[in-house]
Amino acid sequence: MTISPMTETALLDALRDLRTTAPASVGFGALVATGLADRYAPIDTALGRAFVAWNGRGLSWVGQAPDAAAFESRFRAEVGRDIAAADALPSRLADAISRRMAGDRRVRIPLDLRGHTPFEVAVWMKALEIPRGEVRPYGWIAAEIGKPKAVRAVGTALAHNPVPLVVPCHRVVRSDGLIGQYSMGGPDAKRRVLGAEGLDTGWLEAEAARGIRFTGSDTTHIVCNPTCRDARRVMARHRVTFPSLAAAASAGYRPCKHCRPVSLAA
Amino acid sequence: MDTDAALARRLARDLEAGFPDLVDQHRDRLYTIALRLLGDRRDAEEVSQDALVRAFRAMQGYRPERTAELRLRPWLASIAVNLARNRRRRADDRRPPSQLEPMLEAGFDVPQDGRSSPEHRVDRRETQDELAAALLRLTPSVRAAIVLRHVDGLSVAETAEALGRPEGTIKAQVHRGLRDLRVALESERDRPLPATAPKRAAGLQPALEAIR
Repeated sequence: MTISPMTETALLDALRDLRTTAPASVGFGALVATGLADRYAPIDTALGRAFVAWNGRGLSWVGQAPDAAAFESRFRAEVGRDIAAADALPSRLADAISRRMAGDRRVRIPLDLRGHTPFEVAVWMKALEIPRGEVRPYGWIAAEIGKPKAVRAVGTALAHNPVPLVVPCHRVVRSDGLIGQYSMGGPDAKRRVLGAEGLDTGWLEAEAARGIRFTGSDTTHIVCNPTCRDARRVMARHRVTFPSLAAAASAGYRPCKHCRPVSLAA
Repeated sequence: MDTDAALARRLARDLEAGFPDLVDQHRDRLYTIALRLLGDRRDAEEVSQDALVRAFRAMQGYRPERTAELRLRPWLASIAVNLARNRRRRADDRRPPSQLEPMLEAGFDVPQDGRSSPEHRVDRRETQDELAAALLRLTPSVRAAIVLRHVDGLSVAETAEALGRPEGTIKAQVHRGLRDLRVALESERDRPLPATAPKRAAGLQPALEAIR
């Protein structure tokens, strides 16, 4: 028996028609099994319960949501990938996060920052250098990453921080001393997080309202950001305050090498 | 979407970054291969997922030069075929070989074709069901050759590579498989119709006319 060309064509078309689409679980399951899919688990923070997402590359997202389902849909909408619940964070990651939040900046936390611009990543990496319980103005980050004029862009990048609390965008405040916006629930949430880190935000904002931008010591003649740990060790009778770095410089003060204060526009 | 060669080079550079794209580009065909070899959706789901995971683990162990030179389509197909074969062996141990009914229950997606009428779609679906069932009655090695060559669309050389058989053997098996499929579909038509399924037979009619 032979197959005529006509017959063969029809049969081959029918065989090609047997191609079909895999259920979504196939691809996602493979990514979960290889550690490449995003998983998430709840975590306790200064702002209460939050959720942390991670994948094979590292921490991918931190966010608040009323419940797990809401977190999942926010993640899918904002990150554009599927995500599955896990029982708990991998213990090494959980340990690293809690040590970081406790102020240990030597702990390395792998972060998955794919899809973000080099500028955003530079801003976030710089924010990671700010010690717990201290704050720096947006202009400080801009100057430190070599883009002194990009102050507004720094604010935008911080607002888009995918891993708030871990990358401490809450430690960056407005150059006029106001506490500024915060993606995890506005200025009040930002005050709560900073308060939990031991910073008296009422005091900070009162100083800023009086026009104080920098403080120094009349024994060392070093000028600092007001929340620098060196500045806060200065005894009240030796403490001097300045409205600008220029004023400090003309009084003979040199910038602190730890907190590296920078001139602030307006 | 890059070519397989470009994707292989990306996987060699950064496996974890490239792998999600491999999953996107190959999961449907691996699932199709497994489904047409095994006839069961759940088995196909597990086999195709497992094939992707095994491919990832294998590449983790390869030197980058080796990954960069992989021909992904036949390589991934060979992994899926081997996993399907192992699964079928295990299944054969559990049940008598003549029991074909569970395999025949597999359902099929009808590709969306804008201009086809509902009747035409039903006909096509009937054809697909009959053809898929006929595939499952081929011997495993002939079935694998047909599925890779004519369902997945690999070349003869790629099919030979994926199945580890000479090209001449593949050509002969494909030829035999096509002949047997045609005979199976024709004899299906001559079979006395079950009283409960007149539509099924009616649906098959156009397909049989077409292959005459």
